[in-house]
Amino acid sequence: MLDPVQLAEKPPILEMRAISKSFGAVKALSDVSFAVQEGEIHALVGENGAGKSTLMKVLSGVYPHGSYEGSIFFGGEERHFRDINDSEKLGIIIIHQELALIPLMSIAENIFLTNPPASRGVIDRSERHKRTQALLAKVGLTEQPDTLITNIGVGKQQLVEIAKALSKDVRLLILDEPTASLNETDSAALLELLKEFRRNGITSIMISHKLNEISEVADRITVLRDGRTVGTLDCHAGPVDEDEIVRRMVDRDLESRYPKREPKIGDVIFEVENWSAYHPMHSDRQVVKNVSLKVRSGEVVGISGLMGAGRTEFAMSLFGRSWGRHVTGTAKLHGKELDLSDVHKAIKAGLAYVTEDRKQLGLVLSEDIRKNVSLAHLGGVSSRGVIDDIAEMKVAQEFRGRMRIRSHNVYQETGKLSGGNQQKVVLSKWLFTGPDVLILDEPTRGIDVGAKYEIYTIINELADAGKAVIVISSEMPELIGICDRIVVMHEGAFVGEVAGEEATQENIMRAIMRRKGRE
Amino acid sequence: MSTPQETISAPQSVGGFLKDNLRDFGMLISLVVIVIFFQIATDGVLLRPLNVTNIVLQNSYIVIMALGMLMVIVTGHIDLSVGSVAGFIGGFAGLLMVQWGINFAVVIVISLAVGGLIGATQGYFVAYFKIPSFIVTLAGMLVFRGLMIAILGSQAIGPFPPIFQKLSSGYVVELISSTGGLYITSFLLGLVLAVILIVQNFASRKRRVSHGVETEPFGFFVAKNLLILAGVGYIAFLISSHRGMPNVLIIMAVLIAAYSFLTTRTVIGRQIYAVGGNARAAELSGIKTTRLVFLTFVNMGVLAALGGLVVAARLNSATPKAGTGFELDVIAACFIGGASAYGGVGKVTGAVIGAFLMGVMNNGMSILGIGIDYQQVIKGLVLLGAVCVDVYNQRR
Repeated sequence: MLDPVQLAEKPPILEMRAISKSFGAVKALSDVSFAVQEGEIHALVGENGAGKSTLMKVLSGVYPHGSYEGSIFFGGEERHFRDINDSEKLGIIIIHQELALIPLMSIAENIFLTNPPASRGVIDRSERHKRTQALLAKVGLTEQPDTLITNIGVGKQQLVEIAKALSKDVRLLILDEPTASLNETDSAALLELLKEFRRNGITSIMISHKLNEISEVADRITVLRDGRTVGTLDCHAGPVDEDEIVRRMVDRDLESRYPKREPKIGDVIFEVENWSAYHPMHSDRQVVKNVSLKVRSGEVVGISGLMGAGRTEFAMSLFGRSWGRHVTGTAKLHGKELDLSDVHKAIKAGLAYVTEDRKQLGLVLSEDIRKNVSLAHLGGVSSRGVIDDIAEMKVAQEFRGRMRIRSHNVYQETGKLSGGNQQKVVLSKWLFTGPDVLILDEPTRGIDVGAKYEIYTIINELADAGKAVIVISSEMPELIGICDRIVVMHEGAFVGEVAGEEATQENIMRAIMRRKGRE
Repeated sequence: MSTPQETISAPQSVGGFLKDNLRDFGMLISLVVIVIFFQIATDGVLLRPLNVTNIVLQNSYIVIMALGMLMVIVTGHIDLSVGSVAGFIGGFAGLLMVQWGINFAVVIVISLAVGGLIGATQGYFVAYFKIPSFIVTLAGMLVFRGLMIAILGSQAIGPFPPIFQKLSSGYVVELISSTGGLYITSFLLGLVLAVILIVQNFASRKRRVSHGVETEPFGFFVAKNLLILAGVGYIAFLISSHRGMPNVLIIMAVLIAAYSFLTTRTVIGRQIYAVGGNARAAELSGIKTTRLVFLTFVNMGVLAALGGLVVAARLNSATPKAGTGFELDVIAACFIGGASAYGGVGKVTGAVIGAFLMGVMNNGMSILGIGIDYQQVIKGLVLLGAVCVDVYNQRR
């Protein structure tokens, strides 16, 4: 796949050799090799969790030298970055997907946040103003340097980030999903900018899911899968086949990772019609757009989509309007319309929502397993407002056994459990409420393969018990492995649906990509 | 499925159990150590019957307000206005009773209601308007201090009807004629209290053992209950040898019991801790977090009013200075007692022990003739030290 002629021409500006990185028992990167030529745009693709971000964090020093295996050569020398400052000094600048700008500071203040032009510690404002203007001109922004970040759109903020990178004598610019939150015009402008940088000799690495954009600008494409390099495609050697990239991204044996199950699907029990929600801050932004969904008893329905597609927002707005404003639409259970106006009512109506963020939104980390399990259904362990501590303890123990939560006892603080066990506590909490409809949002995020298998088993058991299960996940193989049906969400709307047996990552990815291409 | 016997360890060794529960006993041990220290340093003056009664009377309003403050702190908030509110209510009650001649019982009811209303107002801004409690109650502190001076016109109001004074300086009516300087009824009351505590402990232990969930070693349990009997009995004896059991001690004991129960055994108590531990998670578990925060402020307002009445009754006058600085003692009691400034953690018993720890130190240092200047310094250092130890223990 590599073009031997090009390699022989000159040594790459960046070469990462045999990089391996583990988090506990989970191997995020194994033996990844990755080389970038000077002055090229190199695209890094792979599905969520393939290791792209981890690789970039190793490169930029977020994971310091010594915390990974392998070696990094930059500009012909081996480098041992201790932190992000070390890599920035050499001109390796990373722009993260979540922008790191301070909203209530001006453009100029943000660009020169860490290294303002100053004499004897006093900032030279006019110099900063001048330099900012020059940088903004380079990225094609006409905003005044003293405009506050909060007053400009996301697309322009992205450009400010790039201007900030340029202020640091950038040699290698790394962009993590730079166009994920941009509209078409802004995306096109950004891609043009990247091409211009290439003409000026700046090397870029671009992480992206948008294959049409990649094939437009990239010189070479490296595909990662499961923490390994699958290969590098040279875009100048011939036309790039997007299907080929997708196949390389997702090809994998799914058999052994998902427990088998014979679905026993009944009638429709849960129906959502025309569900809409608006952003809580920007009331003109409709984040969930007239979504309708039917789930049968015993059915596991997956919701697939890219980050920011509105999946979590849909689930949370459904769950007692815990997200968004102007939430409208109807939800029916067994044909009866539900009152979901607050979380308490949603729980009473038979809904349960297992959050994607178990530490911030799922658990009270300072409390023990027992108190977390009973929290959403204290009525089940109390009479007339007084808690029966023995009953409560027994409930917790039952779930601890059933879910195989590994802990000393039910009095262990949940903050001290591993991610997988914490997730099982969150699941226990929701199962104790006796829900008819269970919405699981990224139920296996950040937990190891063994615990994942156990969570899948629990999901299967719930479906077999006749519940309607909705799983939101960014990991496509997971959805394919456990769901009977997968709906694809994009920009707040459902844009496609694939039956479980027909689902492949290619056709889900294609549904998303096609949609993107059309925009 | 696992059985309880598998998952809950059998009664541990005394040492292991103590180590696991160090945090709970640590405070009590500190209090005992400080009492012993001052008892020796003051040549036995500290535990004289008169002085013990005084310590109880001097700290009663701090304890009462600390009960409310603990719940506010547990939800992750703070109330700086309690001293001003207590002072304001004292002045308000004085005005109604002395100048308008309204019956004391009616005045008490009105005062508590006004306290609740003040708490509700502040709670409304904190819970529903999402204004930081520090700011809301700082404003409240100024407002009610000012209002008190306005209604009192920088003069003291007094004296109060004798029956109102009894709220603070009255003693339990003796039914049996006293012999040898000992107030029998009061002493018996104390003993009954001790016995109730012990019977309760036994009942709860029996229940836990029958379900196989008891971890406390039996020997430790017996020793603990003997100590409760001895401690409560001794204090009851001391108090009964002076003038008997003060009324305010009864009020305090009832409130402590009620709030202990509320915080540890009830659904609403559990929800308050969950709100403080992780408000978003609590909300997504169906808990009405804003309403709970609002209610804790209402509760705080009522208890601050009660504290104000007790102080007024004790001083037998309402002065513009009353209540000054109370908020600091009350907040310090909670933090010394192990409450976390980040919310979610804290116990009623801890706050009560914290209040008495401060009280014993105040009293002991005064007996030793340490000036008010260095008393402040020492109290400040004790507060810092207690919280440091707590944080250190948690990090281990």
